Amino acid sequence: MSPKQSHRLRANSGAINRQKSVQFTFDGKKYTGFEGDTLASALLAHGMHLVGRSFKYHRPRGIFGCGSEEPNALIRVIHPSNAEPNLRATQLEIYDGLVAESQNRFPSLKIDFLSVNSFFARFFPAGFYYKTFMWPASLWMFYEKFIRQAAGLGRVSKDHHDPDRYEHKYAHCDLLVAGGGASGLQAALVAANSGARVIIADEQSELGGWLLTDNNFNIDQKPAMDWASNVIKKLRSMPNVSCLVRTTVAASMDDNFILMAERVTEHLSIKEAHLPKQRLWKLRAAKVILATGAIERPLIFSGNDLPGIMLSSAARSYIFRYDVLAGTRAIIFTNNDDAYYTALAIHQAGGFVRCVVDLRDNPKSQIITTLRKLGIDVRTGHAVTAAHGTLHVASVDIAKYDTENGAPTLDAVHMDCNFLAMSGGLNPVVHLHSQRKGRLIWDDRTSCYRPENKSDEWVSIGSANGTFQLGRALSEATKVASSVITKLTSENKGIMLQETIAIPQTEENKQNWTPLPVWLVQSGQPYISDKTAFVDFQNDATAADIKLAVREGYHSVEHVKRYTTTGMATDQGKTSNINAIGILANTLNKSIAETGTTTFRPPYTPTSIGAIAGRNIGSLFAPVRTTRMHSWHKANGATFEHVGQWMRAWYYPREEEDFQQTINREVHATRHYAGLLDASTLGKIDVKGPDSAEFLNRVYTNNFATLPIGKSRYGLMLKEDGMVFDDGVTTRLSEDHFYMTTTSGGAAGVLAWLEELLQTEWQDLKVYLTSVTEQWSVASLSGPNAKSILKACMSEDKTVVDDFPFMTMKDTFIAGIPARIFRISFTGEMAFEINVPARYGLALWSYLMRVGKEFKLTAYGTEAMHVLRAEKGFIIVGQETDGTVTPYDLDMHWIVSKKKADFIGKRALERSSMNEPQRKQLVGLLTDDPNKIIPEGAHAVLDPDQKMPISMLGHVSSSYYSPNLKHSIAMALLKGGLNRKGQTVYIPMLDGQEPIKAKIVDPIFFDKQGDRLRG
Amino acid sequence: MLKIKCPICGNRDETEFSCGGEAHIARPLVDNKLTDKAFSEYLFMRDNPKGIFLERWCHTSGCRRWFNLARDTISHEIIEVYPIGQMPKTAKGKKSYQANWRRRSKAEAASKPAKRIVK
Ligand SMILES: [Zn+2]
Repeated sequence: MSPKQSHRLRANSGAINRQKSVQFTFDGKKYTGFEGDTLASALLAHGMHLVGRSFKYHRPRGIFGCGSEEPNALIRVIHPSNAEPNLRATQLEIYDGLVAESQNRFPSLKIDFLSVNSFFARFFPAGFYYKTFMWPASLWMFYEKFIRQAAGLGRVSKDHHDPDRYEHKYAHCDLLVAGGGASGLQAALVAANSGARVIIADEQSELGGWLLTDNNFNIDQKPAMDWASNVIKKLRSMPNVSCLVRTTVAASMDDNFILMAERVTEHLSIKEAHLPKQRLWKLRAAKVILATGAIERPLIFSGNDLPGIMLSSAARSYIFRYDVLAGTRAIIFTNNDDAYYTALAIHQAGGFVRCVVDLRDNPKSQIITTLRKLGIDVRTGHAVTAAHGTLHVASVDIAKYDTENGAPTLDAVHMDCNFLAMSGGLNPVVHLHSQRKGRLIWDDRTSCYRPENKSDEWVSIGSANGTFQLGRALSEATKVASSVITKLTSENKGIMLQETIAIPQTEENKQNWTPLPVWLVQSGQPYISDKTAFVDFQNDATAADIKLAVREGYHSVEHVKRYTTTGMATDQGKTSNINAIGILANTLNKSIAETGTTTFRPPYTPTSIGAIAGRNIGSLFAPVRTTRMHSWHKANGATFEHVGQWMRAWYYPREEEDFQQTINREVHATRHYAGLLDASTLGKIDVKGPDSAEFLNRVYTNNFATLPIGKSRYGLMLKEDGMVFDDGVTTRLSEDHFYMTTTSGGAAGVLAWLEELLQTEWQDLKVYLTSVTEQWSVASLSGPNAKSILKACMSEDKTVVDDFPFMTMKDTFIAGIPARIFRISFTGEMAFEINVPARYGLALWSYLMRVGKEFKLTAYGTEAMHVLRAEKGFIIVGQETDGTVTPYDLDMHWIVSKKKADFIGKRALERSSMNEPQRKQLVGLLTDDPNKIIPEGAHAVLDPDQKMPISMLGHVSSSYYSPNLKHSIAMALLKGGLNRKGQTVYIPMLDGQEPIKAKIVDPIFFDKQGDRLRG
Repeated sequence: MLKIKCPICGNRDETEFSCGGEAHIARPLVDNKLTDKAFSEYLFMRDNPKGIFLERWCHTSGCRRWFNLARDTISHEIIEVYPIGQMPKTAKGKKSYQANWRRRSKAEAASKPAKRIVK
């Protein structure tokens, strides 16, 4: 049996479906609400206000608002397979089976051990984190545990797995109307009638905005919501209009690129499989109308954060929209007329309005007279100076108040109550305007920042523009939409403004929209009361924090924001920012306009990472490239490594072989018999055109103009700063045709760089570049038996193998497959790189392995390749180089042409600093202990016993165990390394072990003369 | 996210493009000997004005063509798009081109054949 909905009104507003009960669970207890309820309204219907504990002090907090502005009621929803933290109860629609729980409390909402924090409020003053970090580090160590336990907002699922699906949707429209209230609906209607493609989006579950709550007046002689329903019906029927609900316009960016987060199935108890949980719209709108409405400001006084205290507008919304009377003995605290309507609503709903406390001295409005006539106690020139209670507001202090001097003038009267509704005026929702760097203007009349409408791309209307009066807002919406459409008409022939556009008529509203700005209500002892006068409820920032920040010298609004963390919680200060600026301005004795505002940044409300990621997760996050031989590698037990986007066979372990044993076997086999490497990932660029030779001559450091047809040459490419950029072998296929290879990871970058040079620097050169990386499969065959294997494989003329000099290329056939075979070597052995059209890759590989069997051919992976090349002292760009290494640093002077007039990087290499003898230079390292392998990236020092900080000599770039030398080998970049050969260095270890002792040697460890390579 | 009008493909999202930084940085000719300091104007110094900036962009995920554009770094408004090797045509673009310190740099002077350098 669920508890009774004790606070549900008999009256039926029609906004929620009283015929359909909904069962849900909160903190383990079952409750009943109605279809259309939010979790907040359903809990309030049970008289429950307390729904969470605050972030810093773990103070009890209640439902405060009725929409996305909610700072307190953050809850966690438990799904069968995961949980979602920090959802706003005021926006979460209940459904059958919903399970939710409160956050930030231990062990329960009513008893929270951590709330002792509030007795030690001095532990968390403004700037607490900054100060803690600035003190000696040891203090931070002391505090850290305490802070970590106390802080943190919500908890995510333990396994971090989100089983839901999110999608991205791309769209274009002529006009986006953000906000589906009265102004938004009217603007959308005007625009839609012109034929423009219109999207109207609202974050609530239905269109209508504030009209869903305040239905007390007429539009065109009909109840306001009837007018709205008609407009909505019309809009929904038009093919050029999309009406989106539960869709938050989260971000407005350059050129009207809009992000909208649509909650598709979150409110459904049965979530159909074909629907995503959320849809992230990426919208490009020609024009944007911001009709995002306004949010009420709270009043700041001691104890204003107690459960049972809420915004006046929210209290009214719960009555009219959800049939819920949130409190039965109510105090209304206001500085404007609007809260009187809340008082009236409570009174008419059967509640007892204890007192209306108005900060204004002598306000004159019809509504005040009406209330007084009803016998309601209205006290003007008064203030609520404090609210009291433990888990719920129980009483307030009311005193005559001098707003000029900010102090009560008489002793306070104590008054009991169980509810307080407050109103400090309205803040237009300027977030989207502000995100675009739109300026804000302080309006003294309405005491709010409103947008400066200067842009051609977007414009604000209605409450979002500070036009709070309904009749004026509708007229503004009509005019603005017409002028936006007129602009569009000139750009788009399909759009035509309808000539007669009627402005919906309302009766004159006598409401006075001028609030009396009192930013902080102080008791007689402000030093005490300010500490519990909360400005930012979500981040627990108080008036005292802001004053302290000013005393400590923070005067800029941006600094105070960060120092006190006001406005930095997930609600981005929707209810707190302007109050904070007001208190700051008063403390600094400045006007609000002089004090300025902070910047709102996207998103408007927190947007789930899942929605932002969309389908780009798991294997779709980054595409994986595999070669045509991949299936063979897999079938033969290869372990893979990522090289750029490529998956390359790393090594092929056999049963009971560990990593090192596998590498040793593969390396040994290649040096003694033959090895086969899948080199298909090498970048390959086809270079064609009459100026190809000249072009290559300009981009490589060495000479390519003289390269004979059929010959290959190793080349080094620099960037204009003289630093090594890429390397590879390029072969001349014909007079004007070259075949370039690049590093596997650098292929795309090299092509882009060469294209850039051709398109920008040397537009006169006739050269055409084509990436052919994926058009060729490459098997690299090396070792003493390579020649015999190749010969056995040749299908036609086997003699081509006999006459095959080093660094040449042959166009021939192998196993009947057309092939380009290059006699080049990266292992230091006699080697052939066999290129075949990509689709023959697997056939070639399998054939080679089959024929090679009797020659003891072994497949080897990238790790063995690294060892083999390191034994020979061959560099790998990106391993021995890092963008700060010149060819001279690599001791490769021979590759830099002295004869060529120019090449990329030539002038930079001639800079005096490039010949600095203490530059880091490439050397080899041999450890004293042949079995000790130096970790790659480790730093070398000359004297390991020197005082800290130790001066570093350089770092180890490559390090392996060489099975051929039976010795650990390494390459390192050391300061002045070329002149240090023979010296001893030490490599200190992170784990506190003895530094590794090593000797600086030449980086060529094996076959220095290169006899094996030439065969 | 900017909307950029590729001269070949038309309006596309910024994510399809990559920005190549300041435009109109002429490469010094080898025949014109430059001091290291003067050469560094070409190699390292890049402008970062508040206001109109002439930039190079490439439609990387599209036609892969490079082009120039004039952009207001405050409002992000794109003033004009024009081909590589050509000058801006708008008054704002021309003004930005002339106002750039590089027009008076030794490195830029060295990008023209030596005999044409006015001593
Ligand atoms: Zn393009």
